[in-house]
Amino acid sequence: MKLACQLLPYEEIFSIAFSLAVTLYLKLFGLFEEEWGFMDWIQQLVNGISLGSIYALIALGYTMVYGIIKLINFAHGEVFMIGAFVGFYAIAGWGLGFFPALIIAMAVCAGMGMLIERVAYRRLRGSTRIAALITAIGISLFIQYLFIYFRGAQPEAYPEVISNQTYNILGAQISSQSLMILGTSIVLMIVLQFIVHKTKIGKAMRAVSHDMDAARLMGINVNTTISATFAIGSSLAGAAGVFFGVYYTKIEPLMGVIPGLKAFVAAVLGGIGIIPGAMVGGLVLGVVETVVSGLGYSLWRDAAAFVILILILLFKPSGIFGKNAREKV
Amino acid sequence: MNTKKIKGFWLFVILSIIVYFAVQMAANTGMINNYHVNTLVYICINIILAVSLHLVIGITGQFSIGHAGFLAVGAYISAIVTMKLSLPFPIALIIGGIVAALTGLIVGIPSLRLRGDYLAIATLGFAEIIRIIFLNIDAVGGAAGMQVTKMTTWTSAFICLFITVLVIVNFTNSRHGRACISIRENEIAADAMGINTTYYKVAAFAIGSFFAGIAGGLYAHNFYIIQPVQFGFLKSFDILIFVVLGGLGSLSGAVISAILLTIISTFLQSYPETRMIIYSAVLILVMLYRPQGLLGTKEITDLFKRKSVKGGS
Repeated sequence: MKLACQLLPYEEIFSIAFSLAVTLYLKLFGLFEEEWGFMDWIQQLVNGISLGSIYALIALGYTMVYGIIKLINFAHGEVFMIGAFVGFYAIAGWGLGFFPALIIAMAVCAGMGMLIERVAYRRLRGSTRIAALITAIGISLFIQYLFIYFRGAQPEAYPEVISNQTYNILGAQISSQSLMILGTSIVLMIVLQFIVHKTKIGKAMRAVSHDMDAARLMGINVNTTISATFAIGSSLAGAAGVFFGVYYTKIEPLMGVIPGLKAFVAAVLGGIGIIPGAMVGGLVLGVVETVVSGLGYSLWRDAAAFVILILILLFKPSGIFGKNAREKV
Repeated sequence: MNTKKIKGFWLFVILSIIVYFAVQMAANTGMINNYHVNTLVYICINIILAVSLHLVIGITGQFSIGHAGFLAVGAYISAIVTMKLSLPFPIALIIGGIVAALTGLIVGIPSLRLRGDYLAIATLGFAEIIRIIFLNIDAVGGAAGMQVTKMTTWTSAFICLFITVLVIVNFTNSRHGRACISIRENEIAADAMGINTTYYKVAAFAIGSFFAGIAGGLYAHNFYIIQPVQFGFLKSFDILIFVVLGGLGSLSGAVISAILLTIISTFLQSYPETRMIIYSAVLILVMLYRPQGLLGTKEITDLFKRKSVKGGS
């Protein structure tokens, strides 16, 4: 025992434990001491909603694809990244405005989503879920590193395409960019709702996601419908990429990984496969993240999303809007 | 059957002793230099990781893509034990393994209730949380990382590898291993046969995490510095590709692909992008054209067996 006492530097252990305890205490205490006024909350809420609308747009693509072929499309984050870069080249290279760049990015991403589906996922439709998941991860990394290989990994500064004014609404500072992003996202989501619920292809998409075989028997072209789903979901991710570039002013080839994962969390949070769920999940996630980093825990921001994911998976795996479905043997 | 197993066991022991002394002799006589020995140690670490993940994915069929999280736990805990508490290296390895196994229990008990895609995402989320926790603890250096003395040698790495393979092979061939395989084949049927599926899933997960923690200890004491960024999703992916490429359910396949891919990646060390492009392209092609992996659920020893049967008849 005496020997063990000499071996173990108890003082150091105590000092580490003590400092940990003190920082924890101070941080917790600081949370209550730093009082946020009502306007601070409103401002954080607006920032959170505009970040959340970016997540929601990406999450829509995840949720639509999952709803229709039960595949987590890991490459979706890369489509988002490509969208950001296409928007960047359209604005900085060709001198286009915000909306033309947005439309070009969306079109390119739609094409890319269809290409990914055609090349990789279509063959895997009958295979195991694990094989499909691994392929999706592979595609995601392949696009990332192919892009780095041809372009280089250096980041790019997004040009200021929307004049950045700050409006002072009742004491809360709200930038014009946030409003623009929020407004455009809402328009895109309304268009999506219109497509899914009022058009023929939307009807086909809902039918295929409900029962693929029955839909095929009813004369629906399943392959076209799945391609269309990928195109729509990917174009939304492309739009989100442009918004992300405008909002954070910095884009890089590996930027799609973390927002992609977080958008997936948002999709699970709202109930995967459910379109309004993805919107709500994205907004909730954005607000939570903004509040966490606003409270001074910006390093823990990424952990917050994963904690939410695990809590939702443990307590209600079907998500906020999901209905519990019994698994059939 | 029993004598055959015992024969196989002694063959394995003798073979590993031969491999160990061959490398040791070659290193002593200067036939291979330090760089090669380092590569061999790295191969050992990767095999331990591949085999430990093989137990979770290949044998029990639970799709975990957060194995780097347990590697990180083992690496940091063992580094703290040797650097801050100045205890000997073997104790540090064992403590690292035990803490990683406990983390595996904590992660496994809630998340193994999930299946398929959801389980994969939950393990990924847990691994990220573990990484962010280490990133935020200033006592272990935060993002800058932690300095660690090099203590991993060929001997220590090989002994760990030997024990890992022995334990996992024996586990697989035991009653418990059979239970795990039945869970992989059909969880509902296994449950109906009276197998406590949750218990075996969590047990396999904890054992896998334990050996990942051991590998983490070796890893930390091999590279002079550990940083949270080394234990991100890409590391999990590296381990995953060993198992998937070798064949889901084939231990020798996992070992072979770990050896081959480690050698390939040391050659491509100065071209990390090319390496990732090749890795991901190989993964996609294998999944599209041979989704069961190179060896499927067969072992390399099965090939010899079939040959001998053919020769006999």
